[in-house]
Formats: sequence, C-alpha cells, structure tokens
Amino acid sequence: MTDAAETTHRHIPDRLDNPIKSAVLSWETLLVLVAVVIFILNSLASPYFLNAWSLSDLTFNFTEKAVIALAMALLITSGEIDLSVAAIIALASTLMGMAVQWGVPTPGLVAIGIGVGLACGAFNGALVTGLKLPSIVVTIGTMSLFRGISYAILGDRAYGGYPSDFSFVGQGYVWWVISFELVLFVFAAVLFWFALHRTNFGRQIFAIGNNAVAAQFSGVRVARIKFVLFCLTGLMSGIAAVMLTARLGSTRPSIAQGWELEVITMVVLGGVNILGGAGSITGVVLAALIMGLVTFGLGLLNVPGIVMSIFIGGLLITVIALPILYRMWRERRA
Amino acid sequence: MKLIHTLAVTTALAAVFAAAPAYAQTRIALVVKSLGNGFFEAAARGAEEAAGELGDVEIIYTGPTEPTAEAQIEVVNSLIAQQVDAIAISANDPDALVPALQRAMQRGITVISWDSGVAPEGREMHLNPSSNDLIGNTIIKLSADHLPDGGDVAILSATATATNQNIWIAEAEKVLPDYEGINLVATVYGDDQSDKSYREAQGLISSYPGLKAIIAPTTVGIVAAAQAVTDAGKIGEINVTGLALPSEMAAHIKSGASQSFAIWNPIDLGYSATYIAHALATDAATAEPGATISIGRVGEVTIGEDGQAAMAEPFTYDASNIDEFATIF
Repeated sequence: MTDAAETTHRHIPDRLDNPIKSAVLSWETLLVLVAVVIFILNSLASPYFLNAWSLSDLTFNFTEKAVIALAMALLITSGEIDLSVAAIIALASTLMGMAVQWGVPTPGLVAIGIGVGLACGAFNGALVTGLKLPSIVVTIGTMSLFRGISYAILGDRAYGGYPSDFSFVGQGYVWWVISFELVLFVFAAVLFWFALHRTNFGRQIFAIGNNAVAAQFSGVRVARIKFVLFCLTGLMSGIAAVMLTARLGSTRPSIAQGWELEVITMVVLGGVNILGGAGSITGVVLAALIMGLVTFGLGLLNVPGIVMSIFIGGLLITVIALPILYRMWRERRA
Repeated sequence: MKLIHTLAVTTALAAVFAAAPAYAQTRIALVVKSLGNGFFEAAARGAEEAAGELGDVEIIYTGPTEPTAEAQIEVVNSLIAQQVDAIAISANDPDALVPALQRAMQRGITVISWDSGVAPEGREMHLNPSSNDLIGNTIIKLSADHLPDGGDVAILSATATATNQNIWIAEAEKVLPDYEGINLVATVYGDDQSDKSYREAQGLISSYPGLKAIIAPTTVGIVAAAQAVTDAGKIGEINVTGLALPSEMAAHIKSGASQSFAIWNPIDLGYSATYIAHALATDAATAEPGATISIGRVGEVTIGEDGQAAMAEPFTYDASNIDEFATIF
C-alpha cells in the first residue's frame, strides 16, 4: 500500500554497486574459486585425497594457526600487528608443562595456557597503547622476550607427561572424523565474524584502521579498542598453545617456531589490508582452508617442502596481484 | 605330520594372496629432519641402493623444509593418508612426534626411527648408527692401526661432564688391554671450544715428548688438535685421530696430520634403515628384543632389551675416501 506522497520521492539506492555484481567480483568469491580448483586438482592428482580421514587430517595442518589468524585479522584491520604470537605459544606451553610437573589437572592446564596468552597480549597492548610505541617494534621485542623465557626455563630439555584427558583437546574427535580442534575453530570463526561484521565494536575497528585520528574525534576510544585487540590476539594464541601442546603431548622451547609469518600470510591471503581498514573473517577462513589444502595436497604427492613454500609465496602474490591487475585493465579501458 | 605340512602350505598361500592384491610394491618412507642436508641426501642414496637390492620397493624420500616437529608431523600425516607400508624417521623431537606416529602404527604402518630417535611408545624399534662399546673400541683401534710397535697416546675430550664422551672413554679404557703396547698417558678436556682444545693439545705435545697419537672423540677437539700438531711441526710424529666430520677434516687428512678418523656412514645408515623397515613391513621379522634382522652388505642387527639396535662400528675415513665424503657432510 503506497500513498501518493511517497511515489513522488526519487529512488535513492542503499549502495552504489549492484550487490550481485559486487558479490561476484569480491575477494571471497575469488578465494572460493581458488579453493575449489585446488580441491579438484588434489582429487585428480592423488587417489588418497578424497577420503574422510585424509580430509580430517588435513584440518590439523591449519586449525591452530587459523585460530590465531581470526584475532590477527581484527588487529591488522585496526592498523596494528602482533609478531609475538608464536612466542606466546612457546611461553604458554612452557608454563603449562611446568604446571604438569606440579600435578595440575587438565582444567587447570587449559586455564594456565589461556591465562598466559591473555597476559602476554595485555603486555603487548599496554606497551603499544600506553607508551605509544609502534606495534611492529614492540612485538619484535616481546617475540624474543617470551621465547627467551621459555629457553631460560627449559634449555634443551622437554616437558612431557601431560594427563591423558588433556590430549583430547588436540587429538580428540567430537563425532566420527570431526575433530575437537575443528569444532573449536568453526565456533571461534562464527564469533569473530559476528564481532567484526555485525557489531559496533567491528565498525569501530574498521574506522580506526581507515583513519585513527578521525575515529578518535568521532568518539571512538581508539587506545582502548586496540588494547582489547592485543588482549584478544594473546588470548587466541593461548588457546592455540593449548591445542598444539595437547596435539604434540610435549613442550620444547622451539615449539611453533616461525608460525607468526604463516598466520600473517593467512590473514593477508584472506584479503585483509596489511595497512588496515579492510578485511573479512570469511576471507581469512577461506585462506586458512586454501593453505591447508595446498600443503596437504602437495604433501600427498611428496613434493619437497621448499617447493611448497615457493607455491604458497606464488599463490599469495598471485591472489594479491590479480585484483590490482584487473582494476588497472578496467581503468585503461575506460 | 602331513596334515601340519598341508596346513603350513595353505597358510603360506593364503598369506601371499591376502598380501599381494593391495600393492605390488612395498612403499617405505624415509623421513628426515629437513631436506637439503647433505647427511640426509647421502642416507637417501643408501636407501635407494637397498631398494634396488630388495626389489619391488619404492622409497619415498621426504621431510620438512624447517627442522621442526610440527612440520614433520604434517609430513607424517600425509604419509598416513597415502597408506605407505613403513615410515623410517629421523625425528626432530623425540616426544612431539609420538602421537602422530602412534596413529600411523594404529593404521597398520610399520614405524622405526633411525639416527635421531623417537620415544619407545612412538616406534617399533630404533636404529643407532653405532653403540658406545663399538665407538670406544674404534677410537683406540684407529690409533693402534698406525702404531705397530705401540706407544703413548692421549685423549682430548669435550667437557669433563659430557655424557657421550665420558661413556666412550670408559669403553675405550676397557678395551685398552687388548691392544698391546698402547699406553694411555693422559685425558684432557678442551670443553668443545676451539681455542681451549688447541691449548690443551699444545700442552700434551710439550708434556709428553714421546707422544705418538692424540685421540679426540669430538669434532671440535680433533680439528684443534690437528692444527696444534701442524703448527708444532709434528706431522708424521703425532697422529691425530678420533671422531669427526669429513668436511672439517679433509685438509688435515691431506696434510698427514691425521692418518684416519671415524664417524658413522650416512649411506649405510639409510641403507640399513630401509632393510629393517622392509623386513618389519613384510612381516619377515618382528620388532622384539633379541630379534636379529639382516641388513644386506652391512651385516645384521640384533634388537636389544630397550628396543634399540646398533648398526655397526663407526666407518673409517682416510685419504682413499675423504674427497667423496667431504662433499656430503
């Protein structure tokens, strides 16, 4: 039922782009296509790929890193970065191992792992927001600091003897081939998607990443939100530490060496702007899946690891360059 | 008797038919700490050699780029998915690999470790390149080989608390009476530091004018001792020997400061690991204490109470083979 007054209004669209067209041309669509192509190639290349247990094993290659990537995506969208995530895993795992020697049961171990992660994140956040230091410098420092403490405590020894029910976190299956780690990751992904794309908190992260000063003058509490994001990244690193420690059943100070770069690769491949201001959780989840598919698929063909690194690097550059090339091509035509 | 015979033949036939259709080949994965390492490339050569002798064996030589446990677990997971018959692994971590390797064993894959071992619950047996008593005997034998009339020898070790070196020296002292005329005059410690080892070697040269050989069961010590002997102009009078890496000792072998030295041979190690993995995967042998498994041209190994076996005495390197191995490791 429309009345005469309304029909005389000019139609003003909610958005300038055609939503269907922009969805088709979006980064996520490109990632889905890449994932499907790799999935098909894997199935054709190896007779062992299309098997429920193989696909289940595949998820273990990325779940722990992807759990951190969810929080890292928010942090990078806000224009900051955390290079200490792998070192946080080492410290959290070391202190969990220490607690095992004192006879702490599984719930206590999980609490220690998550608590240490949160504390490390808060430490990073306090240095960045309190002292106004660049996050890349602060977290390069804490990267050495956190892992250094692990080395100081453990040296060349290892902690083991984790209780058998603790191993469920990293090795257990909820139902058939669906691992507990995978369920945890999916649950976390839904929470982070909601936080970034459906809440004020999420809108404020985008605002800070696009222009922190403008956001500050618009009443966004920039420092507080950045502090929360560092805490969140630390917290997720703590959760990843619990998962990884439970999967390995032991702790050495070299645990998760080099993971910070793999986590950041996932985030960037997922379409998050490394300079902040843009990104989506869907993209990060797809990027995690793609990296899992690529590493597992090439592993099935016994491709040496160095070729795998070259492939991941090439994939990253291709996926980032393609949209830019497309835009340049369109501008030249116009 | 005839009944038993018939039963045995039938069982054997059934076993052949049950085993045959899955794969014509036995697929053995040689998993190393990291790719691009000369030591492991040499082990892979040995594995291929063994595969050629055994026939119908495919070697999958693989490993991560970074020498980490996490990356090696990803490799193991992909091997489980490929349903290989056996995994022979040199592990980056004795404990962290255990859950992944246990899963492999649950799915019927034979798992052994070699070179760098896995905790007992994560493998069926472990192949050591050598054993403490064989090493102890070898380092004395190396000096005795070039001293037909006997003479004074001294040991230059790592630190006084180094577990491996102390065990080897204790074993060496045990076999000393077997070598007539060989007289151990001193044991000194260079702490595995080049400069301290060099000074300790100088001290030995001046304190014992009749010294005929310096035995250093550590690669830092042997290189420093060879340098000290060279600098003192004692080449030909004092022979430096012990355990070392061929690449670090090539120059001293050529100068004559060292006649020969020993260390495990990575080619033989990969070769033997393949033989053992094949025997266990094809059920020709069982991994239990006391079991003896043939390892082709290298001989045979016997699995000890601890589930470990020693391949052979360390391999001797001298002027005849140093060039070949110096490029490997």
